[in-house]
Amino acid sequence: MDRRQFSKTVAAAGAAALAPAFSPFGIVRAQSQKLKVGVLLPRSGYLGFIGQSCQKGAELAPGVIKDMLGVDIELMNADIESNVDTARTRAERLIQEGANVLVGAFDSGASMAIAQVAEQRAIPHIVNIAASPITEQGYKFVFRNFQTAPDIVRNGLDLIGDLFQATKTVPRTAVYMHVNDTFGQAMTKGINAMLPARTQLPFRIVDDIGYDPATKDLSVEVSKAKASNADFLLLVCRLNDSIVLRREMIKQRWNPMGIISPGSPGMYEEQYFKTLGKYSEHSISNVPWYNPTAKLTKIVEKAFVKQNPKDNLVFHGLNAGFTFEAILVAADAFKRARSTDPKTLRDAIKQTNITEKMTLGGTNKFNDKGQVEGIGSACVQNLNGLPTVVLPANAASAKPIFPAPYYKT
Amino acid sequence: MSVDLVANVVIGGVLAGLVYGLMALGLSVIFGVVRVVNFAHGEMMTIAMYATTILFAAFKLDPFLAMLPVAAAFFAFGYALQKGLINPFITRPEHSQFMLLVAVAIIMVNGLLMIFGPDARSVQTEYQLESYEFGKILVDKARVYAAAAAVITASALFLFFKKTLTGKAIRACADNHLGARIVGLNVKHLYALTFGLGSVCVAVAGCAMVVLVDVTPGLGPYYTLLAFVIVIVGGLGSMGGALLGGVLIGVSEALAGLFIAPSAKSMVSFGLLILVLLFRPQGLLGKRP
Repeated sequence: MDRRQFSKTVAAAGAAALAPAFSPFGIVRAQSQKLKVGVLLPRSGYLGFIGQSCQKGAELAPGVIKDMLGVDIELMNADIESNVDTARTRAERLIQEGANVLVGAFDSGASMAIAQVAEQRAIPHIVNIAASPITEQGYKFVFRNFQTAPDIVRNGLDLIGDLFQATKTVPRTAVYMHVNDTFGQAMTKGINAMLPARTQLPFRIVDDIGYDPATKDLSVEVSKAKASNADFLLLVCRLNDSIVLRREMIKQRWNPMGIISPGSPGMYEEQYFKTLGKYSEHSISNVPWYNPTAKLTKIVEKAFVKQNPKDNLVFHGLNAGFTFEAILVAADAFKRARSTDPKTLRDAIKQTNITEKMTLGGTNKFNDKGQVEGIGSACVQNLNGLPTVVLPANAASAKPIFPAPYYKT
Repeated sequence: MSVDLVANVVIGGVLAGLVYGLMALGLSVIFGVVRVVNFAHGEMMTIAMYATTILFAAFKLDPFLAMLPVAAAFFAFGYALQKGLINPFITRPEHSQFMLLVAVAIIMVNGLLMIFGPDARSVQTEYQLESYEFGKILVDKARVYAAAAAVITASALFLFFKKTLTGKAIRACADNHLGARIVGLNVKHLYALTFGLGSVCVAVAGCAMVVLVDVTPGLGPYYTLLAFVIVIVGGLGSMGGALLGGVLIGVSEALAGLFIAPSAKSMVSFGLLILVLLFRPQGLLGKRP
C-alpha cells in the first residue's frame, strides 16, 4: 500500500466511522427494524392510578402487535408524575434517547405540553387520552384517537337525555362540580355552550363549583352543593377527588337522585370501587368505552389477563384500550412506511385506516387536523361492584337505575 | 346563604384547624427552644401518617390507638435526630441548618416513594363516614375525634412545660441559653428532649390527619408550608399562637371556599400571612424580639 492508497483508506474508514454522527437522524433511523415508542403517562402523583392503568395497555402492546402485524416495538416508558413541566422534559428526553414516536399522556395539560415538544422536534405524537383542543392548534405531527371535549360533552349530554327517557325521570335542577384543570375547563366550556341548546334535557344548572383536582378536602364544596338543593350532581372529576367527594357526600348525608358524569374519568376506575365499596354503587359515567365483544378486545383481554392475572379488564378497558390503540396506530404506520423517519412515519399515520378496533365507534381514520372522528360513548353505571354499560340499549348489559336507591325525596 | 351552611363550614374549619394547629405546635416548640427551623416538619408528619396506615393494615389498629406507639417511636426518632444530626449544627450559620433539614426532608420524601410508591394510602374505619347531627348542623365524627386528640395533646404539652421540672428546665433553656448552662442544665439533652416532644406533636397530628385525608409521599412539602404559615400567623415560638393560627387558617380557608370560591382557599391564607407580616411581624401571640 503506497502513501496515496493509505490516505484514501484512512479517509474512507474515518468517513464511515463519522457518518452516523453527522448524518441526519432520520437517515439513521430509517434503517431501524424496530419502532421505539416513547410512552408518557402520569404513573405517580394524583393521576397515578389512572396512569398505571393506561400503562397496562402499553405493556401488552408489543406482544399483541408483534402477533398481529409482525412489527417489533420497543417501549420507552416515562413517568410524567402528574406534572405538566415534567411531561415536557420527559418528552424532550425520550426524543433525545431516540424515540421514533410519542404516545400519551392521559392528562390534557400534559398532552398539550408534549404536543408542543413533538411539533418543535418533528416527531409524531399520538394522544392516547386527552380531550383539550390539541388537534385545533394546526400541528402537523400530532394525532389523537380519543374524543375532543366537545365530542365528550355532546355524547355525554345526549346519553343523559337517553338515561332520563329510559328511567322515565325528569330532574329539574343540577349542581355542576368540576375539576379546575385544563380538562375540567375544556369540559365546562363545552357544557356551557351545548346545554342551553339541548331543549330535550329538562334540567338547569343551579350552581357551578370548581375545585383543585389535587384537593384533599371537599367539605366546603359539598356543603355548598348540598345547599343548592339540586336534584342531581353533574360531575367532571378525576379519580382521587371523586373518592374524596363521594366520602364527603356520605358524611354530609347528601343524597341527590344520582351522580352523573357527562364524560370524565374517576368513577368507573377500580380504585373507586375498592376504596368506597358499597358507596361506589350507582354512580354514572358517560364516557368513551370499549366494545367487550370486539375481536380485538378478546385478543387484548387474553394478553391482559396473562400479564395482570389479578386484574379485570373491565376496570382498565378505557385506559388500557385507548393506550393500546395509540401504539397500534403507530405500529400500523411503521409497517406501511417501512421507516422510522419522522416525516415518513407522520405521513403514514395520516393514512391510517384501522377497522379492527377495541374501542366503541367507527374506523380509526384521522381527519385533516389529526383527529379521529366518530368515537362512541357509553353510559356506564356502577352496578354490583362493576362498571356496567346500561346505555345505549344495543350495547347494554343491564338496565339503568335512576334515581339511585339512596335518594330521599 | 343559610346560617346552617355557614355554621357547618365554620365548625369544619375549626376542627381541621385544631389538627393543623397541633402540627404547627411541634414546629413552634422546636423553634422556640432549639432555635432551629424544622424544614422536614411536614415530611415527618407524612411518615407518621404512613406508620398509621401500616399499623392499621397489619393489626387493624385504630388510628387513634396507633397514636401511642407512633408517638413513642417519633419521640425516640426526634430525640436521636436532634442529638445525632442537628446538635452539631446548632452553632453553625442558619443557612447550614436550613440546608441540613431540607436535605433530611428530601431524603424522607424519596425514601417514602421508594418504600411505598406514589399511590395514595388510607385507613378505612366506620366512623370516617359518620356524622353527629345537631338539628340541621352535621359535624363530621372523624374531625371531632381528630380535634379532640389535638386539644388533649396540646393541653398535655402545656401542662408539661408549666408544671414539671423538666418542662421548666426546657423553658429556662429557651429563655436564657447561657444561664441554663451556668446553672448546670444538660442543654444538649434538653434540646433533644424538646425535638422529641415536637416530633410527638407531629406524630399525633399525623395519626389524626390520616382519618381525614389519604396519604401520599408528596404531601410533606404542602404540610411544611402550611405549618410555616400557621406559626408565622400565630407567632413563631408561641404555643398558644400555633393553635390559634391553625384555627384561623382552618376557618378562613373554609369561609373563603364558601363565600369567594373553593379555589381561593390558599389565596386567603397567604393573604392573611402577608397582613400579619405587614402589621404584626412577630405574629398574633408572638413576642417582639
